[in-house]
Amino acid sequence: MPTGRRRIEDQIVYGISRPTGGHRAVNFRLNAPYVQMYGIVKRFPGVLACDHVDFDVRRGELHALLGENGAGKSTLMRILYGLYQPEDGRILRDGAEVTIHSPTDAIRQGIGMIHQHFMLVDTLTVTENVALGLKSSREPLLDLDRVEDGIRELSEAYGLQIDPRAPVWTLSVGERQRVEIMKALYRGAAMLILDEPTAVLTPQEVDELFVTLGYMKENGYSLVLISHKLQEILAISDRITVLREGRLVGTVPTGEMSRQELARMMVGRDVMLERTREDDIDVGDVKLRLNDVKALDVTGQPALRGVSLSVQEGEILGVAGISGNGQRELAEVIAGLRPIAGGSVEMDGTPISDWTTARRTESGLAYIPEERMHDGIVRDFAVSENLVLQEHTSDKFSNGIFLAFDYIARYSRQLVQDFYIKTPDIRTMTRNLSGGNIQRLILARELSRRPKVLVAAQPTRGIDIGAIEYIYQQLLEQRDTGMATLLISEDLDELLALCDRIAVIYEGQIMDTLIREETTAEELGLLMAGVHPQKQ
Amino acid sequence: MIDELFTISTLIGILHSCVRLATPYLFASLGETFGQRSGVLNLGVDGIMLMGAFFGFYVVFEGHNLWVGVLAAIAIGVMMGLLKAFVSVTMQSLQGISGIGLYLFGLGLSSLLFKTLIGSVEGVSGFRQLPIPLLADIPGIGHILFNHNALVYLAYLMVPASWFVINRTTLGLKIRAVGHNPEAADTLGVSVNGVRYTTLMIGGALAAVAGASLSIGLQNVFQENMTNGLGFIAVALVYFGSWRTVGVLGGALLFSLVNALQLWVQALDIPVPSEVAVMMPYIMTIVVLAFTARQIQRPAALARSYERGE
Ligand SMILES: Nc1ncnc2c1ncn2[C@@H]1O[C@H](COP(=O)(O)OP(=O)(O)OP(=O)(O)O)[C@@H](O)[C@H]1O
Ligand SMILES: [Mg+2]
Repeated sequence: MPTGRRRIEDQIVYGISRPTGGHRAVNFRLNAPYVQMYGIVKRFPGVLACDHVDFDVRRGELHALLGENGAGKSTLMRILYGLYQPEDGRILRDGAEVTIHSPTDAIRQGIGMIHQHFMLVDTLTVTENVALGLKSSREPLLDLDRVEDGIRELSEAYGLQIDPRAPVWTLSVGERQRVEIMKALYRGAAMLILDEPTAVLTPQEVDELFVTLGYMKENGYSLVLISHKLQEILAISDRITVLREGRLVGTVPTGEMSRQELARMMVGRDVMLERTREDDIDVGDVKLRLNDVKALDVTGQPALRGVSLSVQEGEILGVAGISGNGQRELAEVIAGLRPIAGGSVEMDGTPISDWTTARRTESGLAYIPEERMHDGIVRDFAVSENLVLQEHTSDKFSNGIFLAFDYIARYSRQLVQDFYIKTPDIRTMTRNLSGGNIQRLILARELSRRPKVLVAAQPTRGIDIGAIEYIYQQLLEQRDTGMATLLISEDLDELLALCDRIAVIYEGQIMDTLIREETTAEELGLLMAGVHPQKQ
Repeated sequence: MIDELFTISTLIGILHSCVRLATPYLFASLGETFGQRSGVLNLGVDGIMLMGAFFGFYVVFEGHNLWVGVLAAIAIGVMMGLLKAFVSVTMQSLQGISGIGLYLFGLGLSSLLFKTLIGSVEGVSGFRQLPIPLLADIPGIGHILFNHNALVYLAYLMVPASWFVINRTTLGLKIRAVGHNPEAADTLGVSVNGVRYTTLMIGGALAAVAGASLSIGLQNVFQENMTNGLGFIAVALVYFGSWRTVGVLGGALLFSLVNALQLWVQALDIPVPSEVAVMMPYIMTIVVLAFTARQIQRPAALARSYERGE
C-alpha cells in the first residue's frame, strides 16, 4: 500500500489534518507531480469531449484550466474525480498508475472536487454534511461534536469562516462553497479541483477564497482552478493549461502570459477585451417602474426595504451591489416568482404586481435568472423544448393543442446557430450541455422573443470571453431597438461598459442611482459597501 | 344513548382503545417513514401487512410460540421489502405503480395461502394483557396507558427508537441525505441503493409486524383482507406527520381515536348509520392530507429513482 494512502486514511480517522507547525498536511517535495493524466479520451453521443488530453498537477501548485464553453474542462476533471470513465488514457498518482471508478476512489487518492453546482444536502447542517459518509469514532452512532471541533480547527487554519451548526439552506452561495472546501479538507484531500468557484462569489468572497487557496498551496496542496476570468487566473495561478474543442492547446507558465495571449490561445483568434458602447440613443417612455417595493427572503427576513426605480425604453439600468443585498429578490419580484410585500411594480404604466408569471411573460417581460440550473431550464428536457418553453402555447409553436414540431425544430436550429450553443443536436438533453452553453440557451430563448423589458441577473456568469463579447453585442442591439433592460451584476466593468445609469443596492435599499459617465468604479465600490462618498 | 358516551368509564374505555388501536398504525407508518426519508415511496404497505398478519397467525395457529410468530412475520416482511427494493431501486420502476403491484400481490397471496392452509376463520389466543406492575394501578391513566399487551408497548417503544436511528446514527444521516440529495450522497461514497435497500427492509419488517399485531395481538383471527386498507392510511400518516416520528405518533393517535370512537359508537348502539362511522377514518385521511401541505421536511428526492448521471 502506498504510504500516501495510509496517510490519508489516518487523517480520516483522526478527522483532521493540521496545516501549522512542523506537521504539514502533506509531506511534499515541491514540483513533484501529484497527479498526471495521459492521453485521456472521452466521447459523449455526438461530441468528443476530450481528445487525447495530457494534464498534470504538481504539489504545492495552482494549475489553471482555461477554455471556451464546452471545451471539455469539466469533463476532464470529472474523469479525474471518478464521475466519468475515460475511453482511453492513463492516470498516475505520485508516479504510480491508478484507476478511479468513483468519487470514493478519488477521495481515497486524496483528490477532492468542488463542482460547478454544489453537492450539499440543504436540510442538513454544515457538520452533518461534512460527516456524511465518513466513519464515525462511535459507529454506529454519530460523533458530530468531534466533527464540529475538527471543522472549527480547520476553519481557523485556512481562514474558512462557517458556522458548523447552521443548516445549509440558510447559507449564502459563498458560505456553501466554503462547506464544500471544508468537506474535502476534512477528508484529508491532498488535491482540490475547483470548477468555476469564483463565478458565484462576490469580489470580497473571491479575495477570501484566494487567501484560503494561498494557505493550501503553502501547505503543499495541489490545486486545479477552472475559471473564465483571465485576470484572476493571471493573478493566482502558477501554470495554465488551455483546452479548445476537447484538445490540448498547451500548458504554459503563468509568468510569461498576458490576457491577450491567453485569449488568443483560447479562442484561436484575437478577441476584443475592452468593450465600449456606442453613444446614447434617445430613451423613451418608462417601461418598468418599481414604487417602494418590499419583499421578504426565503427565511422570512425583509430583503427589499422599499426599492424605487424606473427603466426607460432603450435604456440599460444597472443594479450594482454585493450579492445577498436583495438583488435576487428584486429580480424575482419583477418576474413574479416572489410575492410582493409592499409597494407596486408597473410595466408600461400598468400595475402588474398581481399578475401571474405567464401573463407577465406574454406581455413582453423576459427574465434571465441567476440560478440557471434550477430556475432557467428544465434539466431533463431537450434543447429544443427548453428553447420554446415560455411560448409553447403561442400560435407560432402550436396548432390548436398540438405542438408544431417541424417549426419548433427549424426555429431551434436557427437559435442554436445564432447564439453558438454548442450541442450535438437539438434533441440532446439539456442537462448534458456544459454550464456556459446552458446560459447561452437561456439567453437565446429570452432575447429571441424580442421582449419589451428584460431582467437579467448575472447574464455572463460562467461564460467564456468570446461569448461575452457576443452577448454584450446582443444586449446593446436590442437596447437600440427599444428594449428596456435591468441588468443585475456584480461585475463593475460589465456595468460600466453597458449601462446608461447604475443603481447601487445595499441591504435592500437603493443607495443612489448614478449616470454612467459621471461615476467611477471607486465611487460605486464605496456605495456597494454602504458608504455615501459625499457624506463622509 | 348519546350521553352514555360521556361517562367517565366510557371515556376511559375509548382512550384505552385509542392507545391500543394505534399499534398497527405506529408500526406501519414508522416503517414507511424510513423508506420515505430515504426517498422511496412504498404504497405496498398494506400487502406486506396482510402477509405479516397471515404468517404470524399461521405459525401461532400451528402451535408455536407467539414470538416465533412475530419473527416469522419479520422474515416475510424483510423479503417483501427486498422485493420492493429490487423492483423500484434496482430495476427503477415507477415507485407508485410497483407499490400497488406489491399490495395486490400481498392481498392475493395471503388470501390464497389462507384458503389452502387454513380454510375457515379460526381464532388463536394471541398476546395477553400485560399490566405493568404499580403503574397499571393508577386510577384511569393506569388502565389507559399501562394495561396492554407486549406488542402495544413495543409499538410505542419504536417511536423513540426510530427517532434515534434517524437522527443520531450514521445510518440515519445517510438516510436523510439520500432522501434529499442522492447525488451529493453518492459523491461522498454513500451507496444510495444500499441505503434504500436497508430502509425498505426495515419498513417491510415493521409493516409485517403491524399486520401480525392485528392477527395475533388485537383481533386474534385471520381473515382475507383483514387490514381493510389500513396500510394506505399508514402511508398517509407519514405525510400527515411531516416525515417526523413524533408527527407520525400524533397522527396515529388521532386516527386510532377516530377508530375507537367509531367502535364505541357502534357498541353503544348510538343511532349513527354504521357506514358513516366506518367511513370516518377515511374521510379524516382525505381532510388531513388536504390540510397538511407543510412540505418543508419533505424528502426532495421522494419517489424518484437514482441513477448516476453520465
Ligand atoms: N453527461 C454528458 N452527456 C453528453 N454530453 C456531455 C456530457 N457532459 C458534457 N458533455 C458535452 O461535452 C462537451 C464538454 O463539456 P464540458 O462540460 O466539459 O465543457 P466545459 O469546458 O466545462 O464548458 P463550460 O465552460 O461551459 O463549463 C460539451 O460539448 C458538452 O455538451
Ligand atoms: Mg464546465
